[in-house]
Amino acid sequence: MKKLTLPLTEEDIRGLHAGESVLLSGEILTGRDCAHKRICEMLDRGETLPFPLSGETIYYAGPCPAPQGKACGSCGPTTSARMDAYAPRLLALGLKGMIGKGERSDAVCDAVTEHGAVYFAAIGGAGALYGNAVKKSELVAFPDLLSEAVYRFTVEDFPCIVAID
Amino acid sequence: MRTIQAKQIEQAVYELAKEACLGIIPSCEAALAAAAEAEQPGSAAKFALETVLENAATAKKECMPVCQDTGYAVVLAEIGQDVRIEGKLLQDAVDDGVRRAYEDLCFRKSVCDPLTRVNTADNTPAALHTEIVAGERVRLTFLPKGFGSENMSRLYMLTPSQGVQGILESIVETVRLAGSKPCPPVVCGVGIGGTFDTCAFLAKKALTRELGSHNPRADIAAIEKEALARINALGIGPQGFGGNVTALGVLCEIAPTHIAGLPVAVNIQCHCMRAAKREL
Repeated sequence: MKKLTLPLTEEDIRGLHAGESVLLSGEILTGRDCAHKRICEMLDRGETLPFPLSGETIYYAGPCPAPQGKACGSCGPTTSARMDAYAPRLLALGLKGMIGKGERSDAVCDAVTEHGAVYFAAIGGAGALYGNAVKKSELVAFPDLLSEAVYRFTVEDFPCIVAID
Repeated sequence: MRTIQAKQIEQAVYELAKEACLGIIPSCEAALAAAAEAEQPGSAAKFALETVLENAATAKKECMPVCQDTGYAVVLAEIGQDVRIEGKLLQDAVDDGVRRAYEDLCFRKSVCDPLTRVNTADNTPAALHTEIVAGERVRLTFLPKGFGSENMSRLYMLTPSQGVQGILESIVETVRLAGSKPCPPVVCGVGIGGTFDTCAFLAKKALTRELGSHNPRADIAAIEKEALARINALGIGPQGFGGNVTALGVLCEIAPTHIAGLPVAVNIQCHCMRAAKREL
């Protein structure tokens, strides 16, 4: 299986093809419904985001709390379509990768192509396996959102399938 | 009259939450293994199913929730009418069990205000459904319901003339419109009849049945089989990657309805079917 190290380079992205399996290693940000809403509200108000999006990969996920001795609890992907309303705006700011489960809207597919980004499908329901692939977790923003806060994960061999290249 | 302490119910809910969230039910695991066999070697569909089975084994071994969406806590309580519950309100006993389990066992708290989206931070309240039955026992079923699949559920108020074909079309349409979003292969809990509200409850209750079981009424069992065949002909496949298995089962429950109506509720369950039951 192809191995990729994050952050993704333009060359990495050009070399990916839909349907191909990959193992991702490196840093990703988590973000789901509430975090996306808050990011867009901050942008509407002209505020600076607490973390730059340029070059980043966002994992649509809300983890279980980490049990003792682990970096993260169970943490599989959530349904990406709920983030479709926000994703094109984030891609325009330089977001390079998205990881989630399920199909995306036409608007997201177009934005992925336009901005030279990629959407990876992770296997929904495989929470324990993905949780174990997280080696380090650090809270980045919005702690009041609990599991919906933004975390920076360091992952190792995170299995995905390229869904939109 | 038999007395049951509310504390006993709280402890039972705690233990049922633990049992339910840490694994998928054996009949679902068997269906997933059979589904993996039914997909093409080397296909993304087969890879997805093998990953899901490996995940279930890892969750069991490491005592981790099989899915991070440890769900909205749905509790079905069948209460014998010769039982008296002592100590606190039944809802409080159930909520206290949920609160303690979700905190102690590092389960995700996924319940929030519908408008402000502020999390209740302890996964309460539970959705508690009580049924008064004969006898002096209490039967509890704990169903942690994830919302990737719950979101894809639908309710149809059909007319009587639409009949069996209408029921089949409603079930298949629900799965088709859900596509890859609810983590297929799915399980459909289907309520047929009743009223707008009881029909939806029947659909939920159907999801507490074992996979592979059939409704005892032959005409309803035939709907379960026909709907499953039509769903699997859709080709959505595991995770929406395309394939032969889009659903693992269709489970229908029925109730009498009004002469003017034919309600059909389809409650979608992801491939991670979790439940635990106990009688007190």
